[in-house]
Amino acid sequence: MEILVCVKRVPDTAENEFELNSDGNDLDRDDLVYSVNEWDNYAVEEAIQIVDKVGGNVTVVTVGDDESEEVLRREMAMGANNGVLLSDDAFEGSDSRSIASILKAEVEKGNYDLIMTGAQADDGAAEVGGMLAAMLDMPYASLVNEIDIQDDGRIKAGREIEGGNQEMNEIELPCVLSIQTGINEPRYVGIRGIRKVAKVEIPVKSASDLGVDENTVGEKGSKVKKVDYFVPDLGEGAEMLEGSTDEIIEKLIEKLKSKGGLG
Amino acid sequence: MAQIFAYIPHKDGVAEDVAYEYITAAAKIDPSAQVTAVVAGNGDALEKAAQDMTAYYKEVFKIGGDEFAYPNAEVIRKALCSILPADAVFLGPHNTFGMDLAPGLSVKLDSPSVSDVVDIEGMDGSTLKVIREVLGGAFSTHVTCEADSGAVITIRPGSFEPVESGSAGGTVVDKSGEVGDLTVKRRFLEVLEAEIGDVDITKSDVLVSVGRGIEEEENIEIAQELAEAMGAVVSCSRPIVDAHWLEKSRQVGTSGQTVKPKVYLAMGISGSFQHMGGIKGKPFIVAVNKNPKAPIFQVADVGVVEDILEFMPELAEKIKEQ
Repeated sequence: MEILVCVKRVPDTAENEFELNSDGNDLDRDDLVYSVNEWDNYAVEEAIQIVDKVGGNVTVVTVGDDESEEVLRREMAMGANNGVLLSDDAFEGSDSRSIASILKAEVEKGNYDLIMTGAQADDGAAEVGGMLAAMLDMPYASLVNEIDIQDDGRIKAGREIEGGNQEMNEIELPCVLSIQTGINEPRYVGIRGIRKVAKVEIPVKSASDLGVDENTVGEKGSKVKKVDYFVPDLGEGAEMLEGSTDEIIEKLIEKLKSKGGLG
Repeated sequence: MAQIFAYIPHKDGVAEDVAYEYITAAAKIDPSAQVTAVVAGNGDALEKAAQDMTAYYKEVFKIGGDEFAYPNAEVIRKALCSILPADAVFLGPHNTFGMDLAPGLSVKLDSPSVSDVVDIEGMDGSTLKVIREVLGGAFSTHVTCEADSGAVITIRPGSFEPVESGSAGGTVVDKSGEVGDLTVKRRFLEVLEAEIGDVDITKSDVLVSVGRGIEEEENIEIAQELAEAMGAVVSCSRPIVDAHWLEKSRQVGTSGQTVKPKVYLAMGISGSFQHMGGIKGKPFIVAVNKNPKAPIFQVADVGVVEDILEFMPELAEKIKEQ
C-alpha cells in the first residue's frame, strides 16, 4: 500500500510562551520553537503501522520553506520511507484551499492508495484534508481514530464523534483520512534516528515542477486571509489569588468550603 | 447579497442549539438577509425538525430519504451541491459533522471556506470579516474572506446568542426530488457508544481535573491524593487520555464526557474550547496553571499561578489537617 502523509511545521504550543509583537498585530515570531504538528505525528505513526502489516511505502510531504525540511526528516526518522518538500515563494500566504491545491498536484504525480493528514493544527482550520479529497474526487473521513484495512480495496474507519462515541464507516480506496490524536502512540524519535536520515535526499518541488499556476495559490490566489492577531477580551476573568503558597491555600480552602468543594 | 442557508443538525428530530444561533450569526453578516434552513433526515424525525424550524426561518428546505437516516457528510454534501445556488452563503456547525462536510462542500461549490468562526464583524463590500481563535484560544485573529461568489462558514456552537423564540411563520419546501445522484464511496455502518469506565465522572459534585501540566504518568497519583482528601473524583483533559494515563471515560470535553459538578478544579489545563464545552451547569471553577497567560484564567472563577506538581500536594496536606 502506498501511503502519503501530509504534515506541517507549526509553532510548538508546549514549548513557547506566545506574545504579540510590538505593533500588536501579529505573534512575536522571533525565537519561536517550531515542531511538527502534533496530529501529524499520529498520522505518520498510523501509516507506518499499516505498512508494517500489509507492505508498501510511506511518503511524507509538506508545503513550506527550507526550514520545513527538518519536520520531514523527523518523520522519516520515525520510519517514513520518502520525503518531499513543496516549496516556492509563490506559495507564501496560501489559505487552506491553496495548500490543498498544491498538495493535489503532488498526489497526482504518485499512485497513492491512502492519503492522510492530521485532523487539525493549533494554528490551522482543520480543512486541508477535506478539501484535498474533494479536489481528487476521493471519499473522505475526518477525525479518524481507528483504521482497519480490509482485503477488498476497502477500509473500515472509526471517527471520533461527540460524547466519546465512535462512528464506524466503510470506505473505498483510494481515500483521504484526517487523523485524530490518540489513534496510536507515536514512537519516540531520538538524535540517533534523526542522524540516520540526515543525508537522505529530499526532493524540493516548485510551482512549475508541480504544474501549479502561481496565480491560483499563495497571497494572490487565496480568498481567505488572516488580517491580524489580538488577545481576546473575555470579560473579567478569574479572581487571581496572590501571596505565599500558604496564604493562597488558606484563601482557596475558604472558597472551596463555601462552594461545597470539600465533602 | 447572496442568500444565506443554515444547515440544521438534529437528533431524532430535535434540532441542536446551533440551529437558533445561526440566526444571530446570519444577521451579523447581513441584517436584512433572508435565511433558509436546510434539514436532512427521514421519517417523523425529519418532519418534526423541519416543522419546528418554521417558527424561526421563513423558508425551510427539507431533504428526506433513507440515505439521510444518519447524517453521512459525503451524502449530504452531494445533496447540498444539487440544491444550493453556486453563490450561496452556507452556515454549518463546527463540530464533528461540520468538519466532515464543510471543507469538501466549499471545493464543490467553488466558494471560500472559513471554519470555526466565533464572531462576525460583517460585510465590507463583498469581503466578509470574521473572528477565529488560534493556539488553543490564547489569541484571536481577524480573518477576511472574499465572499463575492458565496462562502462556506462553520460557526462554533455556543458562540452566538441563540434566538429565544420565533414567529417567522415559515413554510417547508420539499427538496427531496432535487438531490440528484447520491452515490458515495463511504458507507455509514454504526455508532459504537463510549464505554463506561470504573468511575462515572458525570455523577461527581467535585472534580479534580488534570491536563498537560501533570507532565508524567506517575504524577496522576498526586491528583488522586488531592481528590481523595477533598472527597472528589479525578477527571482529565484530552492529552491525558491520548497518552493512555487515564481511561477515556475520565475525559471532560466535547469529545469526552459532559459534566455538571458544583466545583471544578482545572489543574494544569490550558482551557481549550473543546475542553470547556464539556463543563455545564456553571460550576465554581478553580484554575491552577504555571502559565499566567493560560486561557483557562479567562473563564475560571478563581486562579492561581503555581506549578500544580508542587501546589496539589500542599493543598491536599492542608485539607487533611482540617
